[in-house]
Amino acid sequence: MTAMVQDILGSQLGLSLCFIAVSILVILTAVAYCIYFERKIAAWTQDRYGPNRVGPLGLLQPVADGIKFILKEDFVPGRVDRVLFHVAPMVAFIVAMIGFVVLPFGGRIRWPWMEEGTELLLQGASIDIGLLYLLAVGSMAVYGVVLGGWSSNNKYAFYGAMRAAAQMLSYEIPMGLALLTVILATGALRLESIVDAQVAHAWNLLLHPVAFLMLLTTALAETNRAPFDLAEAEQELVGGYHTEYTSMKFALFYLGEYAHIITASGLLATVFLGGWEPVPFTRLLAGTTWGGWLHWIASSTSPLAGLVRLGVFGGKIAFFVFVFMWVRWSLPRFRFDQLMRLAWKGLVPVGMGMLAVQGWLLYRGTPVHWSAPVAEVLLLVIAGAVNVASGREITGRQASLLRAASVRGEVGGTPAR
Amino acid sequence: MNTPAWLEPLMFYLFAGVALLSALGIVLCGNIVRSALCLLGTLGGVAGLYFLMFANLLAVIQLIVYAGGTLVLIIFGVMLTSKSPWVRFAARRGEIVASCAVVAALFVSLCKILTDVDWSAGATGSAQVVPVRDIGAVLLQDYLVPFEAASVLLLAVLIGAAYLARPQPAERTSAP
Repeated sequence: MTAMVQDILGSQLGLSLCFIAVSILVILTAVAYCIYFERKIAAWTQDRYGPNRVGPLGLLQPVADGIKFILKEDFVPGRVDRVLFHVAPMVAFIVAMIGFVVLPFGGRIRWPWMEEGTELLLQGASIDIGLLYLLAVGSMAVYGVVLGGWSSNNKYAFYGAMRAAAQMLSYEIPMGLALLTVILATGALRLESIVDAQVAHAWNLLLHPVAFLMLLTTALAETNRAPFDLAEAEQELVGGYHTEYTSMKFALFYLGEYAHIITASGLLATVFLGGWEPVPFTRLLAGTTWGGWLHWIASSTSPLAGLVRLGVFGGKIAFFVFVFMWVRWSLPRFRFDQLMRLAWKGLVPVGMGMLAVQGWLLYRGTPVHWSAPVAEVLLLVIAGAVNVASGREITGRQASLLRAASVRGEVGGTPAR
Repeated sequence: MNTPAWLEPLMFYLFAGVALLSALGIVLCGNIVRSALCLLGTLGGVAGLYFLMFANLLAVIQLIVYAGGTLVLIIFGVMLTSKSPWVRFAARRGEIVASCAVVAALFVSLCKILTDVDWSAGATGSAQVVPVRDIGAVLLQDYLVPFEAASVLLLAVLIGAAYLARPQPAERTSAP
């Protein structure tokens, strides 16, 4: 019996399968509690108490929510596309749940009963193009929204779906550019290699601050979160793409959104915050007492260190999930033309400039550790200066649309269509 | 614990089945959005087959480019049928004949390839993952001209689309 367990845990396939099973359970629980924390953080932001009746501190609220969702009537409105109406929430949820397998959760470990020199990866799957896999799966998430909105036979839901599609297509480009900058500097698409490179040098947050800001912005847009939640803008679209959904189907959309946030947070933590490394520059801290302990966490192959690394990575994910919620309850929603302009006239040019500068630095062979952050910040300053010098309002209507509207006698009104 | 031998055939039949069934769905669905969704299933199934053959990069590119592009197809489909969302597509007699002829020609040529290949050699060892770096080097050194030609073509398409989508200049909209 013990030998069998050792055999299963001692092989990469067995360990990965166990790890995936455990992390699905953990993520499902975390997703349910995300909703609780969203409500708590909203309450703190608005100086309220938030859920505090069910269980101590309201901690059983997700259970109550779950029971309520299951007991509600599962209503299907008339004249909807029945197949797609049922498939859409599944798509939204499944796609959100398959991204996390490539995230490097815990680094390399070696069980005591294994041979010296053999190591296992504490993660679901290690594929050589992990970053591209995450991008591909992340871009699939919009299908749930689009299909749900289209099949509902409701004009508000349909508008939400079309907005989500346009938004996703626009924000994938700056997201790819920000990641490409890091890929170019690191020379790796494998997520573990990106973490290893950060442990060996410095966190990408310090090397590529602008790329980090860009990825954070586009991650907010990709997960349909405020200030980019135009697909479900309550004031304009009733409830957006999920207007017609009830019961557990509605809940699946919500759970999928939070699962997507967790995966996006994992991506941010992996690519920019050193993955499972507790603090930056642990390799320099090896001499001191506390530093030596941190260095042990980052470099040891003992299962205990692996467990601590899992905790560190989970903590970073939790931090980013908090940032997502914090942003949602602090910033107002963009108008749709502002959203498009931010992507196409702001993020895309800066991203392309960043990529070109990074390539030039690599070609010149300049040490990246000081030149990359300087160049990126300089680029951002230049872009801001150009914007100020052009004298256009950042939040104003698009000039060409305004001209067309004034010609048609719709001055000051809504943009021409 | 090693990968069980039955896993690879099982996954092959799973992905191949998904690809084939959704391919049937594309043809048989009257509704354009459902057809597009079936196309997504086919592309996803083929991407799964690529993953199975260790062509990871190809699989992910398939997902990003083709499966992502299906989204645009759905939007086009929705916009084209926006006047009445319940319009169903029925093929005309001539169209059925033409498509049957194309399919028959394709089927015959595929059968010919299938019978001409010498299958007796069997599979030569397990597939190897080709590093992305090597693919990039091949694209940007050996096949640079076709690569750049394709990118110029795409740029032309991009500019053309942007030109067509521009709002009309004010002078022209004011004219009757």
